[in-house]
Amino acid sequence: MPELMNPHRRQLSLAGLSALAATTLLLVGCGKKEVPAAPAAATAPASAPAAKPEPLKAAWVYVGPVGDAGWTYAHDQGRKAVEAEFGDKIKTTFVEKVPEGADAERVIRDLAAQGNKIIFATSFGFMEPMLKVAAEFPDVKFEHATGYKTAPNMRVYDARFYHDAYVSGILAGGMTKTNTIGFVGSFPIPEVLRNINAFTLGAQSVNPKVKTKVVWINTWFDPPKEGDAAQSLINGGADVLLQNTDSTAVLQAAEKNGKFAFGWDSDMSAIAPKAHLASNMVYWGPYYKKAVKEVMDGTWKGDTRTIWGKPEGANDVIKINEAVPEAIRKKAEEAAAAIKAGTRDPFDGPIVDSTGKERLAKDAKPDQAFKDKVDFYVKGVEGKIPAGK
Amino acid sequence: MNEFALLIAATLLAGTPLALAGLGLLINERAGVLNLGAEGMMLVAAVAGFAVALSTGSDLLAFAAGAAAGALLAAVFGLLVIWLNTNQYATGLALSLFGYGFSAFVGVGVVGKKLADRTAFEVPGLAQLPWLGDALFKQHPMVYATMAIAVGMAAFFYKSRTGLVLRAVGESPESAHALGYPVRRVRFLAVLAGGALCGVAGAFLSVVYAPLWVEGLTAGRGWIALALTTFATWRPIRLLLGAYLFGGVTMLQFQLQGMGVEVPSQWLAMLPYIATIVVLALISRNAAFIRINMPASLGKPFHPSH
Repeated sequence: MPELMNPHRRQLSLAGLSALAATTLLLVGCGKKEVPAAPAAATAPASAPAAKPEPLKAAWVYVGPVGDAGWTYAHDQGRKAVEAEFGDKIKTTFVEKVPEGADAERVIRDLAAQGNKIIFATSFGFMEPMLKVAAEFPDVKFEHATGYKTAPNMRVYDARFYHDAYVSGILAGGMTKTNTIGFVGSFPIPEVLRNINAFTLGAQSVNPKVKTKVVWINTWFDPPKEGDAAQSLINGGADVLLQNTDSTAVLQAAEKNGKFAFGWDSDMSAIAPKAHLASNMVYWGPYYKKAVKEVMDGTWKGDTRTIWGKPEGANDVIKINEAVPEAIRKKAEEAAAAIKAGTRDPFDGPIVDSTGKERLAKDAKPDQAFKDKVDFYVKGVEGKIPAGK
Repeated sequence: MNEFALLIAATLLAGTPLALAGLGLLINERAGVLNLGAEGMMLVAAVAGFAVALSTGSDLLAFAAGAAAGALLAAVFGLLVIWLNTNQYATGLALSLFGYGFSAFVGVGVVGKKLADRTAFEVPGLAQLPWLGDALFKQHPMVYATMAIAVGMAAFFYKSRTGLVLRAVGESPESAHALGYPVRRVRFLAVLAGGALCGVAGAFLSVVYAPLWVEGLTAGRGWIALALTTFATWRPIRLLLGAYLFGGVTMLQFQLQGMGVEVPSQWLAMLPYIATIVVLALISRNAAFIRINMPASLGKPFHPSH
């Protein structure tokens, strides 16, 4: 029917144009910097005759946005330190907000195909995707953060966050008036359990009556949920909070309620001047510089696991609030110095778990295997660990 | 006992963005338009509201900016769906995706910024009541405004002529058209109004609830609001209560964890969604009940030339 043809065709072309416009805006707006989102765009590196040495290409894969002011921000600071150190001998790239899983595999493969000689993946969930891609690119070096699987061209690096958590625990134990401290947890994996336990042990070292309440939100990053969880801990009586999640929401909730909390992964002192007790920092720069130097010198070796903590300058607790009494501050600084010197470990015996079972005898020193397999709460932490990781 | 009062307070706060977005979608759906783009509108409005709050320090301007952003996006949706008769579901989904990416893109400059401290809000006099004060009267004005909006919307739908016309358009646009009502204009206005409310919900999240901007801030609340309209069988007061139920169970599961209740947190995290499904199932036992309440032309395009 002729009179229906025209309006439909006009509608179709208008719709087609708007769909095209929307898709273009989508691709532009997805925030992936320097790496095109469409796989078709990635090509092998051009083999241009190099008169002078080409800069080494290094890439970082982030699970969150650089602007999270937390986990990913800290990694990006490390990347920037590498850029500052090596200048035009290095060319860095990063891809942010990569979901753990099949997408990660595609992104890592793209980066390897584009000529990056060393790739850092900064979240536990990138382990399997990276392992797969490592098998396909034997000449590329792969570094995985916080994992445990390695290969001849892939290795693991990690930091000792529990060093920081212990020192924060001391501050918390000294500042709590209700003898209840709170922890907003992401997932019940050993890394997070270590932090909860270290936090509790630190607090108990200055205040044996302290109890810890834990709320799990089953995500690394969801600011409204983190705030809700913090609020429920505060409602339940906790007056000092620590979190293992990636935003400033818990600190902000504490500020709103007149309680205390900590920065995690980055300096959050400016966000909540009254509530902020200290910031638990992680510095990835020193390790990234070392790794890149090894690739440049040809001394890089895979199949290893490197964990740095306070002694190597990878972790530190900074910007301790002025309101903390001198005695507590001194205890915290003593503990930090002892951990840094290697004479004290937050998990020095005796360790009793929340069911009463002794996990480590008095005066015993914990080895790495013990710390890797932390699947219990220490005495003083309330509740049970949710089953499954 | 005070913990329970605080739980109620947290419920009211948590339910407000859901209720606002749900009410906005309700206006859309009552006019027969299904807007799946709630999430996208909320996100764009959240970043707009946050940016305005950052530069002016005024909540009101932030909400206005959010409403404007939501309405703008809804206008694009309305043009496509009402005048070009594109498929409502596909267009709504496209809007959601677009809103997510666009808000992330323009919001890069305000990530990690902090808004000025706000004084705690209290209803003068009533806030001092021993238990009720903590539970009900220490909320941000928008929480109370949302309740008023729900009541106002119910009055609008069932007691006013314009509301009747809107409902008629939603039930049978052909009949309304035959009677001479401007069906497409009514639907477009409904879409605009709905978009504005979703926008206010988004701005509330970023300016009052969180308060910060980071991409993906709404974390699926737009989709929950969509479910709430069906859950509430398209009635405003029921939608408000449904939003509080959802928000309340969400806060409850954190409370239960904090109290050391020995149920795995993953089960507790499912609780709000299970609660919603259970109530939906109970309501749906009577299929006729749903059919009677659902706007008959929901999701169907309208051609005045027929």
